[in-house]
Amino acid sequence: MSESPRPYTLVAELTYRCPLRCVYCSNPLDYARHDRELDTATWLRVLRESEDLGVVQCNFTGGEPLVRDDLEALIEEARRLDLYTNLITSGIPLRRERLARFRELGLDNIQISVQDTMQEASDRLAGHRSFDRKLVIAAWVKELGFPLTLNTVLHRENLDRVDEVVALAERLGADRLELANTQYLGWALTNRTALLPSREQLDRARAAAAAARARLRGRMEVLFVTPDYYTDLPKACMDGWGRRFIVVSPDGLALPCHAAHTLPGLTFDSVMERPLGEIWRDSPGFQAFRGESWMPEPCRSCDRRALDFGGCRCQAFHLTGHAEVTDPVCRLSPDHGLIQEVRTEAERQIHGTLVYRNARGASG
Amino acid sequence: MISVESKLRLASKARLRFDKKSSRYMLLYPERGLVLNGTAADVLQRCTGERTVQSIVEELATRYGHEVPAVEKEVMDFLRTMADRGLVQSVA
Repeated sequence: MSESPRPYTLVAELTYRCPLRCVYCSNPLDYARHDRELDTATWLRVLRESEDLGVVQCNFTGGEPLVRDDLEALIEEARRLDLYTNLITSGIPLRRERLARFRELGLDNIQISVQDTMQEASDRLAGHRSFDRKLVIAAWVKELGFPLTLNTVLHRENLDRVDEVVALAERLGADRLELANTQYLGWALTNRTALLPSREQLDRARAAAAAARARLRGRMEVLFVTPDYYTDLPKACMDGWGRRFIVVSPDGLALPCHAAHTLPGLTFDSVMERPLGEIWRDSPGFQAFRGESWMPEPCRSCDRRALDFGGCRCQAFHLTGHAEVTDPVCRLSPDHGLIQEVRTEAERQIHGTLVYRNARGASG
Repeated sequence: MISVESKLRLASKARLRFDKKSSRYMLLYPERGLVLNGTAADVLQRCTGERTVQSIVEELATRYGHEVPAVEKEVMDFLRTMADRGLVQSVA
């Protein structure tokens, strides 16, 4: 590769700590092993080094980023660097005064998640009484003049209530609604039997979202992220490995995606040990699946290889045991049968037991 | 619907940023960004809620040395797309 690509977005995972225990949390199952969090000075350096590389957007996320008491300092520095700053939060540990301070510091957007439109169902998926509080916080967000993104992760238990989620977003004055189907990795893979919808249920939800998008055009952006288990073509995961995104984990690993450190055999460097620019350009972890030379067939000769980059490496590994094979959601993958089997199972709507995110891992 | 009489401003979620690496303006909004060509950047920088689209068109036509109707068509097509995407809004 002659020239290394330019990263546009830094995903700053400030912590894996979170008051919620969502059954589809995208943090790794062994998140509790990564509990030595970066200090403020290192995060400030990461922000500067990112901007230097070309990053223009910074997502502060986690875990729950609000549990870091230096969030103010990080927002201030990100805005000094003229980065577009987005806070992705459950909203739970937040006082109004703190939110007002974020506004003064120039935070650009706030994304709040709600698990469902009814308190009981929402709290059940989050494993924590949180729904009523989230609505209060969302109202503050708008009162203080922030743009609001409402995010709901969709799965079998709430897909039939897309209309209600849209109505809630309208009532809250959301500028943007993300109807994001669960991606079946991390805790969501553990809970897949209980969460994966049938195709018919998914199609109804997609139609409801499309109607809302048309009706609200120009007022509220409505996004519907289809679960790749039903697309037959892989998603362009992270817009390609090491191509547009840098994720920095709470303990300082610079990663091509938020789950890359769950892949065995890859080495990822810490921002504590090397400058971010060096890691981005040269580290073996970022090079591993960059470009096309790593691709096996059927990707290597496929017309779509520059569109989907072979799909999701983490999904390939967690479903087949091999990170370097074609994403099994692709209908051309020799492992596609794995996906078809799970879809057939989803038609039967088996009641799986939910495992809440916890510090002991999937068996806990 | 927007018209040449509309006074437009950027949506609250959108912000312009000059990109040193490409020497172009970008319009940034949650999880997305658009790299703008020169005309698009000139138009959006003038969408401050104080001026009509007509007045922006006239200024840019003079500045570029182009006919007003051609500039008006280009600017209105662009702004309608931006309004549909919720990136610019009419000031009531």
